[in-house]
Amino acid sequence: MRKTLTLLVLASVLALSACSGKKVKPVTGAGGEPVVSTQTGAQTGGAGGATSGTRGTEASTANGALGPTGELGSQRVIYFDFDNSDIRPEFVDVVAAHGRFLANNPAVRVRLEGHTDERGSREYNIALGERRSQTVRRALSLQGVKESQIATVSYGEERPAVAGSDELAYSKNRRVEIFYIN
Amino acid sequence: MSVMMTPMLRLVSKRVLTAVVLWTVAGAAYADLSIDITKGVTDALSIAVVPFARAVPADGGLDVAAVVQHDLEGSGRFKGMDRKDMLSAPSRISDIQSADWRAAKNDYIVVGRLTSLSNTELVIEFDLVNLLSGQTLLQQRVSVAPAALRHGAHRVADLIYQRLTGTRGAFATRIGYVSVDGAPPAQRYQLLLADADGENIRVILESAQPIMSPAWSADGEWVAYVSFENHASAVYVQRVRTGERRLVSARAGINGAPAFSPDGRKLALTLSGSSGNADIYVLDLATQSLTRITEDPAIDTEATWSPDGKQLYFTSDRAGGPQIYRVAAQGGEAARRISFGVPYAARPRLSPDGTQLALVVRDGSGYHIAAQDVAGGALRVLTRGTLDESPSFAPNGVQIIYAARERGQAILAMVSADGQVTQRLKADRGEVRDPVWGPYAD
Repeated sequence: MRKTLTLLVLASVLALSACSGKKVKPVTGAGGEPVVSTQTGAQTGGAGGATSGTRGTEASTANGALGPTGELGSQRVIYFDFDNSDIRPEFVDVVAAHGRFLANNPAVRVRLEGHTDERGSREYNIALGERRSQTVRRALSLQGVKESQIATVSYGEERPAVAGSDELAYSKNRRVEIFYIN
Repeated sequence: MSVMMTPMLRLVSKRVLTAVVLWTVAGAAYADLSIDITKGVTDALSIAVVPFARAVPADGGLDVAAVVQHDLEGSGRFKGMDRKDMLSAPSRISDIQSADWRAAKNDYIVVGRLTSLSNTELVIEFDLVNLLSGQTLLQQRVSVAPAALRHGAHRVADLIYQRLTGTRGAFATRIGYVSVDGAPPAQRYQLLLADADGENIRVILESAQPIMSPAWSADGEWVAYVSFENHASAVYVQRVRTGERRLVSARAGINGAPAFSPDGRKLALTLSGSSGNADIYVLDLATQSLTRITEDPAIDTEATWSPDGKQLYFTSDRAGGPQIYRVAAQGGEAARRISFGVPYAARPRLSPDGTQLALVVRDGSGYHIAAQDVAGGALRVLTRGTLDESPSFAPNGVQIIYAARERGQAILAMVSADGQVTQRLKADRGEVRDPVWGPYAD
């Protein structure tokens, strides 16, 4: 099942480039069907931020080196109630602190990553996570942050902060993480 | 929403996208799956599948009769005879001592033999006999390339199943699914294909970023999926045999929930644009032209096609919570709600004949798989798990594969559309999810 080396070499001639300009080489496993492996390279665009996709950890823990400091500004995760995208009262001041910082630093940009808990269908949760990140985006905009300073992405339930199927885990996973990009 | 109409090439040219082959992981470690029946029918047919006469060494040591028996038993509708109890091993009808097999309480017997015709062709000949009437029910040959002998064995099981139940078997089909390894936040994702019995696993994509929502084309040549490999969602289609893949949507916001039209020319998608509001679109794969199907401030997602390609069924929370709606696939029409009676109904998938809808419902005890008649009618809740999701019909409509959580582990499971048979496909490590049953191969 895993005696693959010769087949790997034989199959490497099948390199194909997708219409994105992305170079992806299919690699044939023992069964004859190719494996495509992805590795994210450096990004120049606003949607990027993390520089490598090989470990998959960078985007999951909100970074603290950039952006506002202080008790409110250092909080980079906004938590939500079940099936709800409203900003809870205790996070209004946190979002406001980020809004003030971004409005005062128009060259600084953020990426808002929306997440849900594992309950419910996966694609519906993608839409729900996007709705959460849009709620935070609008709150920032109301403070004068420019649209061009904010990017959003939703991971739905695909990237939980913590494992587990109880309310404690769920409450940690229903969140928007704020990433400062530059 | 003008951004939605921007040609894709312009959009992607703004980004630097690269991918590198991870040579060391190719060939790839993955979790094995094991299938077991958790509930079968009470009146299962008793059948003796006698070991087939082999073609050494062309058969590569594969025990064809064992694969056939495992398939039939896995359907929950057959009880196979234990080989230890067999008094003889006939491979032709003329050698069957009917009285012995009847005495062992068998209703049917299968005998067979393999013949190697050339380096490129193996023939499985088999006979199915009703032991009570003495009638020969099937005498058939299945011809395969030696490397496809397991597939040939599944086809034998399909033919036996069809002769005895009246419905074509779906053993010679494949499932696609996503596996996830490692603890959050450092997880690895694989997109895999396996035979319907969980054997013969192939990795077709691996990534350090989430992979989700695999969907087959009707001819089984392509799989569409969502990949976050560039830290944003994007929809790709990949040709299974060659690994050739195309990025078909990397627009701002959500690129999700791909579903091939029955003719393979179009892809239904969920897109949100920069506003973040999910709506259903249909993308023509040849021309890249995009047709907007829904325009509603609510979440609209998880579209699936009717078998005639004229309708789309999808999830929307326009009434408050998620419910199932139907709309014309050419657009320009208001959607009609078709699910009622539960606070949560999502992820619709149609049976191959278009008469049944499988979906996820929530009630007081959690999320379950349910089915309902498309023409209207009550929901039938089929499963009792607390986090059941992602239902997908077998191409013969008999079973539904879905994702479940059992004692904290994410597994795949199957339930018959009548609720009578349940099975479980468990990975030996990691989590498996997002199953999708492929079409018939021929």
